Amino acid sequence: MPTMIEIKDLHKSYQMGSNSLHVLKGINFKAEAGELVAIMGSSGSGKSTLLNILGMLDEANSGDYILDGVPIKNLNETKAAQYRNKFLGFVFQSFNLINYKTALENVALPLYYQKVGRKEREAKAMRYLEQVGLREWANHLPSELSGGQKQRVAIARAMASEPKVLLADEPTGALDSTTSYEVMELIQQINDQGNTILVVTHEEDIAHMCKRIIHLRDGVIVEDKKIKQKRASEYVQ
Amino acid sequence: MRLLFDKNTWQEIFGSIGKNKTRTIITVVGVLWGIFIYIALAGAAKGLDNGFERNFETVAKNSLWAWTNRTSMPYGGYKIGRAVPLRVGDADVLRNRIPDIEYIAPVNTKGVFGGDAALTVRGLKSNSYPVYGYFPDIAKMATQKIYDGGRFINEEDMASARKVCVIGERVQQELFEKNENPIGAYIRVEKVYFEVIGVNKFTQTTPFGSDGDIFIPFNTFKKLYNTGDSAQFFTISAYDDADVVQVEKDVKRVLKSIHRVHPDDERAIGSFNLGEIFGRIMGFAQGITFLSLIVGLATILAGVIGIGNILLISVKERTKELGIRRALGATPGEVRTLIILESVFLTMLAGVIGIVLGAGVLNLINNMTADTTDFPYTNPTVPIPLVIGALLIMVILGTLIGLIPAQRAVSIKPIDALREE
Repeated sequence: MPTMIEIKDLHKSYQMGSNSLHVLKGINFKAEAGELVAIMGSSGSGKSTLLNILGMLDEANSGDYILDGVPIKNLNETKAAQYRNKFLGFVFQSFNLINYKTALENVALPLYYQKVGRKEREAKAMRYLEQVGLREWANHLPSELSGGQKQRVAIARAMASEPKVLLADEPTGALDSTTSYEVMELIQQINDQGNTILVVTHEEDIAHMCKRIIHLRDGVIVEDKKIKQKRASEYVQ
Repeated sequence: MRLLFDKNTWQEIFGSIGKNKTRTIITVVGVLWGIFIYIALAGAAKGLDNGFERNFETVAKNSLWAWTNRTSMPYGGYKIGRAVPLRVGDADVLRNRIPDIEYIAPVNTKGVFGGDAALTVRGLKSNSYPVYGYFPDIAKMATQKIYDGGRFINEEDMASARKVCVIGERVQQELFEKNENPIGAYIRVEKVYFEVIGVNKFTQTTPFGSDGDIFIPFNTFKKLYNTGDSAQFFTISAYDDADVVQVEKDVKRVLKSIHRVHPDDERAIGSFNLGEIFGRIMGFAQGITFLSLIVGLATILAGVIGIGNILLISVKERTKELGIRRALGATPGEVRTLIILESVFLTMLAGVIGIVLGAGVLNLINNMTADTTDFPYTNPTVPIPLVIGALLIMVILGTLIGLIPAQRAVSIKPIDALREE
C-alpha cells in the first residue's frame, strides 16, 4: 500500500506569555492508504494538536509533513484552505454543523467551495446522506436531529468532498455508547471502502475498533501497535 | 469579480441573509431610515424651491424701479434740497445709454405714493381706488393676468389717449353685480367716464399695488391730471442674462448725470430691485436644499455605520460558522467576499425600499398640499442623479464598512474559531 501520511520529527510549542509550552516533541509516523488509526492519549498529551497539524488548521514549528506525496509546508491561509478542501474531511466532537442550513445544505457545503454547481452538489450530497442512512432527514435543520444523526450528517459532509484522509476528533465524545457504536460502525464501513481515517479518542473500546493504535504521552509516541479490529456491529444490539 | 456574477455566491448570500431574519431586518431598517430621510428631505426642499419659483413666476425677476427725490448735496451750481424732476424723455436716454435694459416704462400714479385715490362711481355704487398711468410695455415686464374676454392696454389706446381702463378684481366686485359682465361697461373715474376693457386678476408682481387698482393708458393719465412731461417713477426690466444690480447702478449714474446731481448723492435718486430680493429668497431655498443634502447624507452614513456595526456583531456571532466554512475549504477571500456582499446587498435592499417609501411620502404630501396656493410647496421631486448618487454612495460605503467585519472574520484562525463554544 502507498504511504498516505508521513510525518518526520514534528515539533510544536505554544508561547504562553514568557513560558513556552512544548506540546509535540518530535513525532514520527507513517500511515498507509486504507488504514484506520486511533490516536490515544490523556488530555494534554498533544493528540488534538497533532490532528490540527495534520488537518492544516495549525502549523508545526519544525519537521516535515507529507500528504500523499505533497509536502505541506509554508502554507498561506488561501492555500491551506484549498488543500483542506481537496485533501481532507473533518469530523468534530461537537459536530460543527451550520445551524441555519439543512442537513443536505450542510453536506453540500464543501462541494460549494469546490465550485461544484448546485444541481450536482445536491445530488451528490443526497447520495452521501443516503449512505449514512439519513435520506429522509435531508431537509431538516441540525436542531431537529439527534446527536448521532448530527454526527452522521457531519461524516457525510466530510466524505462529500471525497478526501484523501478523514480526520475525526473525538467523534463519539458527545454521544452515548449505543450511538457511539453506530457512528463507529459507519466509520468502519467507510474505511472498508478503502478510505484512510485517523480517529482521535481517549476511549479504549472506540480505539479497539480501529486497526492500529498510537499512544501519545507528553508529546511523544510511546506505543504504536497494529491490533485486531473489533467490529462495532458486534456491540450493536 | 467572477464571484460576483456566480449564481452560487448569491445563493449562499441569500441563504445566510434569509435564515437570519431578525438580524437582516434590524440591519435593513437602519439604512432604510437613512435613505428615507434623505429622499423625504431632498424632495421637500425641492418642493419648497419649486414653490418659491411658482410664487415668483409672475414677477419679472430682473425688474427694478427708479425715482427721484430732493438732492442732499450741492452740485454744479445748484444748492442742496433741490427737487430732481423725472422726465418721460429720460427713459429714452436710459434706453440708449444702458444696453442691458430690455424694457423701460415711465409710470404716473394717483393715490399710491401720495395724492388721494380717485373716487370712482358706477350707478349707485362708488369707492376710491388708486389709478396708474401705464405704458402697454408694462405687460411685457410683469405678466398681467386678464380675465377671459378682456385685454390689457394696447398701443392704440396709448396713441390716441383713449379713455379705457383695466380694473382690479376687487373693483369689479364692488362696482358690478355678480353675474354682470364688466367688459364694455362705463365707470366714472373722478369726472371722466372710462370704458372697462379688462379685469386684472391680481398677482403680486410689483412691490406695490393691490387687487383694487385701476390702470389707464399713460397718455390718458397725462391729459387727465395734467402731468405734462413728468413721470413719478420708471419701471425697468433688464435682459435675463444681465446683472440687475449693475443695471440699477447704471440707471442711477445716468439719471444723476442728466439732472446734474452730485455723483455721490445717495438720496437724490431712489431705486429698488426685485432681482436682489429674489436672489436672496432663492438663495434661502438653495440653502435648505443644501442642508437637506447634508442631513440626508449624514443619516445615510449613520445607517451604513449601523449596518457595519450589526455585521460586526454578527461576525462575532458567526465566528464558529465561519470557522467551519474555512475548515471545509473556504479561502479567506471567499469569506471576505461573503461578508462584504452581504453588507452591500443589505445596503442596496434597504436603499431601494427607502427610496420607494420616501417617494410615497413625498407623493402623499404633494397630494395634501396640492390645493393650497399660498403654501410655497409644489411638485416635490428628487432629481435622478441625486438618487443614483445616493445609491452609489451607499454601495461604496457598504463595501467600505463591510471591510471591517470581513477583515475581522478572516483575522480569526479557523482553529480558534472552531474551538469557540
